[in-house]
Amino acid sequence: MPNCGCETETMSHQILQYALSGLSTGAIYSLIGIGFAIIYNSTGIINFAQGEFVMLGGMMTYFFLSLLRLPMLAAMCLSILLTTAVGVVFERLAIRPLRNANPLSLVIITIGGSILIRGIAMLQFGKDTHSIPAFSSNEPLVIADATILPQNLWILGITFLIIAANRYFFYHTINGKAMRACSHNRRAASLVGIGVKRMVLISFAISSALGSIAGIITAPLTMTSYDVGIMLGLKGFCAAIIGGMSSGVGTVFGGLLLGIFESLGAGLISSGYKDAIAFIILLLILFIRPQGLFRKAETERV
Amino acid sequence: MLRVKNINTYYGQVHALKNISLHLRAGEIVTLIGANGAGKTTILNSLSGITPPRDGEIQFEGVTVNGFSPDRIVEMGISQVPEGRQVFKDFSVEDNLELGAYLRYRNKEKKSDIRKDIEDVFGLFPQLSGRRRQMAGTLSGGEQQMLAIGRALMAKPKVLLLDEPSMGLAPLVVQEIFKVIVNLRVKRSTAVLLVEQNARAALKIADRGYVLETGKVILEENARDLLENKDVQRAYLGRDKKEIWER
Ligand SMILES: Nc1ncnc2c1ncn2[C@@H]1O[C@H](COP(=O)(O)OP(=O)(O)OP(=O)(O)O)[C@@H](O)[C@H]1O
Ligand SMILES: [Mg+2]
Repeated sequence: MPNCGCETETMSHQILQYALSGLSTGAIYSLIGIGFAIIYNSTGIINFAQGEFVMLGGMMTYFFLSLLRLPMLAAMCLSILLTTAVGVVFERLAIRPLRNANPLSLVIITIGGSILIRGIAMLQFGKDTHSIPAFSSNEPLVIADATILPQNLWILGITFLIIAANRYFFYHTINGKAMRACSHNRRAASLVGIGVKRMVLISFAISSALGSIAGIITAPLTMTSYDVGIMLGLKGFCAAIIGGMSSGVGTVFGGLLLGIFESLGAGLISSGYKDAIAFIILLLILFIRPQGLFRKAETERV
Repeated sequence: MLRVKNINTYYGQVHALKNISLHLRAGEIVTLIGANGAGKTTILNSLSGITPPRDGEIQFEGVTVNGFSPDRIVEMGISQVPEGRQVFKDFSVEDNLELGAYLRYRNKEKKSDIRKDIEDVFGLFPQLSGRRRQMAGTLSGGEQQMLAIGRALMAKPKVLLLDEPSMGLAPLVVQEIFKVIVNLRVKRSTAVLLVEQNARAALKIADRGYVLETGKVILEENARDLLENKDVQRAYLGRDKKEIWER
């Protein structure tokens, strides 16, 4: 018989372990969720093609690495650039011409766009699952009794940097402020000369770039294939809903919370529940607090 | 400088502006008066490209600008201070002014020039200068109106469209704001198209005025003549009645 206390100790140790691994998954969800939020705030539509940007990031990096034998950093940068280009072209071809359509048809168009991008990726890259090498060694590190892979630290570090950059952009640059102004009061924004079309384009560019980065940094751990965008997109969407569609802190916490819950649920209950947990949380939020957990009293939107 | 010829603007089926023609010379202050729903705001929004007219022509400095998007209109030199101020409430006073200069930032104008103009606005409205970091949504109505005007001025407009700047403000504040409007003409030779409920005050500072009724211009005259016009007095300068009672 184990001495008393021992079991609870392994239990808390396990919880710490699950929480740690959930944290980096959650960081990925945050990045994807911020992409959803940025586009939502500038256009009022949910861009269901967001997950495909994530897929493109990982898949393109794999192909630049394995087929063109580019160095890692070059492959990553090229993938981010190309995915951003896809995001911009998508806005130009699918969203801008229909700007006056109602939001529902635009959302359906993004679903169509997502199916199209996924289809092209399948034809181009095949149906296999791939992995890209970790950014540094694969030796687990031990932190406070729990182990963590260096790639997890990369994920957390890069996500943190991006969120900081994002914050800087939205609060300290004129274009970032203009985008926020546009989402708060579109009419007043256009009266000071802020071109709404340009803001929408920038928001697609940023969101697709963020998505592709998320796809790249997670690929060494979770593998990538032409259809990873579906699930990752939905999880990111879920993070954004928890965060009340904020393109900042709210969605970051939403993603982290989701990642941790998922990991705890999968570890302590059954891994079969992993995906279900996201949707249970999503439904709970929509029923109980549709404005998200982290949104203060609704700021005025015009 | 600004010439509007026979424009017609619709909201769906509603024919809001019927063959409106008007003009504005450089440095002139012109006022639009008319009852609620006469179409004053719609005229300003048609000029700003927010509700583009279906036909007719808007010429600014010889360029036909109808059909231009609102941001291009601002770039041409026509800025609007909208009805109800519409400041960016979740932004600081300073951020609001910076956003007013958005196009100048985009056109890579020197930051120091823009900073200087922000200070100029604080010079114009000293009441704002102690509140640079305050959120615009927490300003008083008068301060918000000053900020909205300051924000529009940050684009260095040649024509300023003002929609009911005195709405809901105390007489003293209105006086201050009107003084600034008059000074704009003196210092920057900015032309002003002023929409006002407070027709008497507006006509006192204006050179000319147009009287609007259900989407049509029914009268155009010198401000002084309008002030003395019996019909105008009866319909729009209702304050007189109060003076009569007081006598
Ligand atoms: N968005 C809209 N949709 C439909 N009709 C509108 C809309 N905006 C204005 N109208 C109509 O157009 C006409 C002119 O309105 P406008 O706002 O220009 O009047 P106004 O002279 O500015 O009035 P006020 O003094 O009350 O501000 C009114 O009959 C109004 O009902
Ligand atoms: Mg009006």
